[in-house]
Amino acid sequence: MSDEQVTKKFLYVNRKAPYGTIYALESLEVVLIGAAFEQDVSLAFIGDGVYQLTKGQDTKGIGVKNFSPTYRALGEYDIQKIYVEKESLEARGLTLDDLQHLVYEDEDDDWAEKDAIKLVSAKELGEIMEQQDVVLSF
Amino acid sequence: MEFGILVNEGPYQHQAADSAYLFAKAALEKGHKIYRIFFYHDGVNNGTRLTTPPQDDRNIVERWSQLAEEHDIDMVICVAAAQRRGIVDPEEMKRNGKDADNIAPGFRISGLGQLIEAGIKADRLVVFGD
Repeated sequence: MSDEQVTKKFLYVNRKAPYGTIYALESLEVVLIGAAFEQDVSLAFIGDGVYQLTKGQDTKGIGVKNFSPTYRALGEYDIQKIYVEKESLEARGLTLDDLQHLVYEDEDDDWAEKDAIKLVSAKELGEIMEQQDVVLSF
Repeated sequence: MEFGILVNEGPYQHQAADSAYLFAKAALEKGHKIYRIFFYHDGVNNGTRLTTPPQDDRNIVERWSQLAEEHDIDMVICVAAAQRRGIVDPEEMKRNGKDADNIAPGFRISGLGQLIEAGIKADRLVVFGD
């Protein structure tokens, strides 16, 4: 057996609204645990999944924990590629300004703070999916 | 080929649990291997031995247990998802001070790292969910 570290491209596809079902929260738990495995990780937000990243979430009325601040920790877990599908955002009357500002520090660029969220078209996202080794869909 | 399988939905409520089982069975029949089956979200409910489905219907939980026994398959239930939903093995029972366990034969409870590991080690990870 070789000790060589295998690095695979993992894409987590988030398709559901943050509340109403537990998929979004439990998906985020996988992402955070998975970060320890030092794989090449990307996240995608499509459909109602784009609501997961919106700012100003207030869950008091439904008695469920607001876990949206946790997305800001993704940068600390070295997650640098967060793809948001343009068409999904537009269909819901949202723009990038409605989403949290998520950043990471680029170690190849003197730890400069960079935007993690990348707006991509459905076609571009399809191409990104095609490049992956593992696609986990939530 | 060696497959990893992720089951994200509970038995009977959703076809994902049936499809995952039928896929696993077909893959094994074709001579493929299964690295691990991981149960997440409501999928953890596939691993309670306390279900009593009608006699003229398939027994999803027993079916998993038999598959695991016949083919020596590693079937892992996510601990965090299991704790939320009350899927308990003897160790979890002790650890969390519960008065019973309900895990079905062939299943074990472990962490999400086991899912990531399946993604890394298996040739393909196939997800069954909603």
